[in-house]
Amino acid sequence: MSFQSNIPDGPLKEKWTKHKFDLKLVNPANKRKYNIIVVGTGLAGASAAASFAELGYNVQAFSYHESPRRAHSIAAQGGINAAKNYPNDGDSIYRLFYDTIKGGDYRAREANVYRLAEISNNIIDQCVAQGVPFAREYGGLLDNRSFGGAQVSRTFYARGQTGQQLLLGAYSALIRQMGKGTVQFHPRHEMLDLVLVNGEAKGIITRNLVTGEINRHSANAVVLATGGYGNVFFLSTNAMASNVTAAWRAHRKGAYFANPCFTQIHPTCIPVSSEHQSKLTLMSESLRNDGRVWVPKKKGDNRNPSDIPEEDRDYYLERLYPSFGNLVPRDVASRRAKDMCDKGHGVGNTGLAVYLDFSDAIQRLGRDAVSAKYGNLFDMYQQITGENPYETPMRIYPAVHYTMGGLWVDYNLMSNVPGLFVLGEANFSDHGANRLGASALMQGLADGYFIIPQTIGNYLSEKLNETVSIEDSAFSSAENDVRERAEKLLSVNGSRTVDDIHKELGKILWDNVGMSRESSGLNEAIQKIPALREEFWNNVRVPGNNESFNPELEKAGRVADFLELGETMARDALNREESCGGHFREEHQTEENEARRNDEGYTYVAAWEYQDGAPPNLHKESLNFENVSLTTRSYK
Amino acid sequence: MSWFKSFLNSSIGKKTVMATTGLLLCLYLVVHLGGNLLLYAGPDVFNGYVKNLTAFKPLIRVIEVVLVIIFGAHIVNGLRLAIENKKAGGTSYQLNRKNENSTPSSRTMAITGSVLLLFLIVHLATIWYNFQIEHSGGQFFNIITGSDVGLGNMFIAVLYGVAMVLMGFHLKHGFQSAFQTFGIRFNRHGKLIEMVSILFWLIIPAGFLSIVIYFGFMGGAN
Amino acid sequence: MQITLKVWRQSDANSPGDFVSYPVDNVTEDMSFFEVIDMLNDELVLRGEEPIAFDHDCREGICGTCGIFIDGRAHGPLQGVTSCQVHMRSFTDGQEIVVEPWRARAFPVIKDLAVDRTAFDRIMASGGYISVNTGSSVDANATPISKHDADEAFDAAACIGCGACVASCKNASAMLFVGAKVSQYALLPQGQPESKERVLNMVATMDDEGFGSCTNTGACESECPKEISLEHIARMNREFIKASLG
Repeated sequence: MSFQSNIPDGPLKEKWTKHKFDLKLVNPANKRKYNIIVVGTGLAGASAAASFAELGYNVQAFSYHESPRRAHSIAAQGGINAAKNYPNDGDSIYRLFYDTIKGGDYRAREANVYRLAEISNNIIDQCVAQGVPFAREYGGLLDNRSFGGAQVSRTFYARGQTGQQLLLGAYSALIRQMGKGTVQFHPRHEMLDLVLVNGEAKGIITRNLVTGEINRHSANAVVLATGGYGNVFFLSTNAMASNVTAAWRAHRKGAYFANPCFTQIHPTCIPVSSEHQSKLTLMSESLRNDGRVWVPKKKGDNRNPSDIPEEDRDYYLERLYPSFGNLVPRDVASRRAKDMCDKGHGVGNTGLAVYLDFSDAIQRLGRDAVSAKYGNLFDMYQQITGENPYETPMRIYPAVHYTMGGLWVDYNLMSNVPGLFVLGEANFSDHGANRLGASALMQGLADGYFIIPQTIGNYLSEKLNETVSIEDSAFSSAENDVRERAEKLLSVNGSRTVDDIHKELGKILWDNVGMSRESSGLNEAIQKIPALREEFWNNVRVPGNNESFNPELEKAGRVADFLELGETMARDALNREESCGGHFREEHQTEENEARRNDEGYTYVAAWEYQDGAPPNLHKESLNFENVSLTTRSYK
Repeated sequence: MSWFKSFLNSSIGKKTVMATTGLLLCLYLVVHLGGNLLLYAGPDVFNGYVKNLTAFKPLIRVIEVVLVIIFGAHIVNGLRLAIENKKAGGTSYQLNRKNENSTPSSRTMAITGSVLLLFLIVHLATIWYNFQIEHSGGQFFNIITGSDVGLGNMFIAVLYGVAMVLMGFHLKHGFQSAFQTFGIRFNRHGKLIEMVSILFWLIIPAGFLSIVIYFGFMGGAN
Repeated sequence: MQITLKVWRQSDANSPGDFVSYPVDNVTEDMSFFEVIDMLNDELVLRGEEPIAFDHDCREGICGTCGIFIDGRAHGPLQGVTSCQVHMRSFTDGQEIVVEPWRARAFPVIKDLAVDRTAFDRIMASGGYISVNTGSSVDANATPISKHDADEAFDAAACIGCGACVASCKNASAMLFVGAKVSQYALLPQGQPESKERVLNMVATMDDEGFGSCTNTGACESECPKEISLEHIARMNREFIKASLG
């Protein structure tokens, strides 16, 4: 195990270039002798798998979806940042780096973030070459827009479906290699354990979700690109199947889990309507460019919004943040909405919503112009709520959207377990305590296309011919564990469904480890979650058997892991005695209710080591800032 | 020629054959109707016209052979497509609200086509055949309007009437569909094709139908 | 409201299937159709019965995972939406709703309402890409593309691969799916070098997978949740005829 960040020496701007030169290479003739396992084929996984195959490695790719094109990367709407500076508005690699590290509230590594900004331009080139239909201007060149409150226009986009188009680009690169036979893709296969041999990652155990078959797969390295863990809250904007299982299985085998309490809450989601709600739907935050957020001044004012006169409305974001107004960053907008609802100003049946009103924009720009910009979002809103946002204000409420935390990785994207690499949302690396809009797609593709293909060779170069047979005892014991766990889940035969327990976990986390946290609530969560875990293992009911297509069994395994993760999140949040980015502690706020960071005590990455039957161990990687000075974010 | 064979056996190749032969048959309909309308001018004019045609007998035979090939390709290919497509569909839906997404004419090409094939066989076995053996008599008008194999026979008249309505139905989808297959429907010519298509699915079948009605049901020959 | 779901149940690809009716109470208009199935499944689990298997994931209409024939139509009664976006306000109290999987020989049933659509991936693997290795691309603005072409390419690229086109086509033809991809690349300069091989290979694979031929009924376009136009089929036909005969 090594817990070194391995950040190269030298000036910030030269680190990556120098590092690429210093990395050991694998002889081109030897590349085909290496097997690499890639788990997850979203943006990061598909781009990595395709790039490995192009280099000549043998790749085994796994997804619990039927096709790589189903990955949840597809749902990203807004866009992807790059420091191209095509609009000539003063952008630069350094500015993108600076905005990202500041936006993350100084809880990310300078070197990683700078590399991300540096690579951002290559991503756009690559995607355009693949035929990704980005928005263009009449002259035929690429269009950019300003996004998420950025002061420059650096966001490339493909209508409201940028994630879809980028994923389909990466998918096309991957499927090209599948056609050539250089990538073997295993659809509907879920990774259920990581296999370690002499402390190094040498393979995985999977379950074929259609037949229930348990398989062993051996490789020289394992790459996890399995996304975020937002579904720990039950209700989130993540897809139904998004889960932490692959990462958590690796964590249980020794990989550190970093900053699990850094979760992002997105302010513009459609509010919960009933207890049967299965997931939440996000609407692009570009809506806040023209929509005005307000609540009634009077508590519990349940008049129709159109009957509430101007003087009875509180446009609280404009009031509190005169210069940024409705465009304050996600974490601030979300927390303020919660405040307003907690104080009794919430609207709608549940009182858990605020208005996002377009009537001014419609008056100013005309209905057609508003429809051209947001038509698809308005349609989506109407489809779900049955209300017409052209006539009545939208109701919005924050929802869990993205998780900045994840498995700890070094500069080479390798975890503390040698041979285990982690990409995209599944790792913790680049967004610190808060991710900026249009940065997730950038990071996933940077990791997959441009970083891991370079850095993995450094590890592999010394592992030639170190393939472990799947007959090795490490594989058989891991397989046994997987089988036993499935049998155990199926044999409980209790009286509560998986979803029922998952909902209860979600509520504990949302109430105590959600948008704002305080020590008493966190302690309560740390008490309640182990009890719920007990309840789960003694009273869950999972129907069917292990030898067939059994979605309830899949869910049960994932929820079992969420029940462990949830507690670690609470512990991490309790440990971090400060407010930063998406992590807001009631105890640490200014008189104006703004976040108060504690740079002396907490400028570190909290990496948690799993302990069987005991609370996790904390390891600290301190963050050193040599290029930027730590300032307080202010959006007044 | 293997490239051509694989083209013909591909799904788009088969469509292309249907479209090409279909459009050629549409052209033939124009010529055919032109001749038929002379029936309105009375026996003398019509009989004279047919007699004139027989003067070009070798040419007529060549045209007939070409027609057989075109018809044959259209029919064989159409049956093949219908069978293959049925197989590709697999189990039927218990409830399928097809009218919400497509027109009846587009879904029934194989059925309307099969009835037209039946009509074609009867038509050839009666009118065409009798034209061949009785041309010396020159009473072509009577063959068509008479009660033996002509429109004077109520059974024949009804079959012809139904066939012409179904032909309109068949062409309602078929004519435009052919251009879609060639990939030109959505170019600038979309409106033009739509207008011309009216000629083929409405006006021409109506022309034929009018003859059936006039001579079959209104006693036009008397 | 109270509704009855008449659902196709089939335990695996090789077993015969049949319809089973399930009355469901306490349905509200705000619920999505899938939330009703969720609720029913919870009841089935507690009653000791097998829950209904169906594919779904993002539940916001973009991943293409869901695809059910609801009340006689692919993705239900509404235009331009996926199954996961159908809400109960589209139905009436007391209604019986027939729920079936996609029916096509190329999409065998896995279980109940879940079908195997990997045939789409095999079609894509035979040419649904532009051959460009990572890192070998020129500056993104080196090749201007007219806004019109880029927008049209986007319209084609919006396909989510759900299979509604195949499911609603009486011939189970995959032409709209394949046409959208061929058309996207045909409209872009980056797609030109491989355009001939792409269309020939993709159409050949499509035929081999057992999809039927297009007879231009237009059902696919009507039922496509992304409203992809038949124009893309026309463009593919042009490309194919050009590549075959040209």
